[in-house]
Amino acid sequence: MKGNEAIAEAALRAGVQAYFGYPITPQSELPEYMARELPGRGGVFLQAESEVAAINMVYGAGGAGARVMTSTSSPGVSLMQEGLSYLVGAEVPCVIVNMVRGGPGLGNIGPAQSDYFQATRSAGHGDGRLIVLAPSTIQEAADLTILAFDLAERYRNPVMILGDGILGQMMEPVSFPPPQRRERDLSWATTGAGDGPRRLINSIYLDPDELEQHNLRLLEKYRRAQQEEVRWEAYRMEDAALAVAAYGLAARVARSAVDRARAKGLAAGLLRPVTLFPFPTAAFRQAAERVRAFLVVEMSAGQMVEDVRLAVEGRVPVFFYGRLGGVVPTPPEVLRQIEQVAGEVAR
Amino acid sequence: MKQVTDRPKVLLDVPMHYCPGCTHGVAHRLVAEAIDELGIRGRTIGVASVGCSVFMYNYFDLDFQQAAHGRAPAVATGIKRVLPDRIVFTYQGDGDLAAIGTAEIVHAANRGENITVIFINNAVYGMTGGQMAPTTLLGMRTTTTPYGRDARQAGYPIRIVELLNALQGPAYLARVALAGPANIHRAKKAIRRAIQTQVEGRGFSLVEVLSTCPVTWGMPPVEAVRWLEEHMLPEFPLGEFRTPEAREAVLVPLGGGGKG
Repeated sequence: MKGNEAIAEAALRAGVQAYFGYPITPQSELPEYMARELPGRGGVFLQAESEVAAINMVYGAGGAGARVMTSTSSPGVSLMQEGLSYLVGAEVPCVIVNMVRGGPGLGNIGPAQSDYFQATRSAGHGDGRLIVLAPSTIQEAADLTILAFDLAERYRNPVMILGDGILGQMMEPVSFPPPQRRERDLSWATTGAGDGPRRLINSIYLDPDELEQHNLRLLEKYRRAQQEEVRWEAYRMEDAALAVAAYGLAARVARSAVDRARAKGLAAGLLRPVTLFPFPTAAFRQAAERVRAFLVVEMSAGQMVEDVRLAVEGRVPVFFYGRLGGVVPTPPEVLRQIEQVAGEVAR
Repeated sequence: MKQVTDRPKVLLDVPMHYCPGCTHGVAHRLVAEAIDELGIRGRTIGVASVGCSVFMYNYFDLDFQQAAHGRAPAVATGIKRVLPDRIVFTYQGDGDLAAIGTAEIVHAANRGENITVIFINNAVYGMTGGQMAPTTLLGMRTTTTPYGRDARQAGYPIRIVELLNALQGPAYLARVALAGPANIHRAKKAIRRAIQTQVEGRGFSLVEVLSTCPVTWGMPPVEAVRWLEEHMLPEFPLGEFRTPEAREAVLVPLGGGGKG
């Protein structure tokens, strides 16, 4: 199954009730799948007039208590930034899929990881954050999609699945859990039921003290997520002297390179963040006590590397290798980087 | 003595924050009366927009969502699509609906989205302090057209009802004015009819409400009403431009027409 379709099917199994989106390559299979499947399975599909409208439809439906999602690619996420800020501010749960493509500007439709900053640093304007999940296989994309809906509701916060063009397009076998009915607390949602005190979906707090309290409450949620939701994978890290750090598609390439390095007798391992926000800071800090260096591999000019450096806090050197503009690094390329870094720290 | 009128039940007994002479209070009351009369208080959801009416949820005993600037029709679409048996209305000003929100209003109308839009046109941005709106009249002075609006530089006042009347989607389109008891009475009927259109599931309804903003217009309230009558009425003609009956007589009904 294609990655985009697997995410759509996983969302259906997770009980998604509404999808709003606008076509953009390389994720259009996702809305197409939803247009075909969702109405027959009791949900709402609507093609919006823009990503701006789509994310605001998500806000309306999510605020009304529906399990809701959208999907897009990089330029579309730029247009959704305003809506994301309101979603975070009003604490409306929803899932956003970003199949990242090369930028800046119109860029191209090649796979890229250049939206890491956009995804992890801030949800639009203000101090809000998204929870960001980064799958590296189709199976993981399906599993994380189901998790995304649960996290969105647990934290009443938007959750982003950060993939890339290839993850959306490539095909792998995938298995799905049977559809599950979940108990959901909708005591906050504007359902218009008129069965209690009136409810409000809102992000305006004119009094600075009140807005500060609101922000502190959001911060507390992120702190809780940092404690309870951090996910990562360690591969051949037990005795590694050199840790390669990569997520998503780049992590698959890095994994092959680590195996090749091991075959050559180099003690390399892979540390792969699955949650990009909250970032597995503690795992990196602990690894920094054992390894002699990190090599961060990204399909970007160097974005996640900042989080690695913040976690490592100068304990060991952190090297970076990136390919840009929709170019995917190859395992031999990354192997050469591993060898180079190994050579440098050996000196 | 016999009591002939009272506060609508859906309107909360709290002071409003609007400036003296502002017509938002009148428009709020007309919406509230329509909700009471149609008996839909227990199943109505409002969408507030950005502008002076941003806090309207403080005055209505209803569930409310507060939308980003211009996006209220998209937010209302999201609500209505997942809760089709609820009555969903937006309340938007001219900057919100006719400038930053043109894409959202045009497409919600064109989809025949079964929502109701109350569109307040006072020819100016009120909350931000009296800047030019898309509906500002030619020659009208605002803080960003200090020499009067010049069409060569800033274009023409947008007639939203006429613009939307070019689409097949809308079921009810009307323009009314909050100037004098007769006009206010007609405004009430139009707002009620717009919401009734939604209750009957007949599609998109919008009422443009010509309103005054005495403070940013720089005139006392009574003079502002006179100014509305003298200057806005010739530019924005009143009336029902589209009714569900007329639409259904000539157009394909909502949901029909496809070959499947």
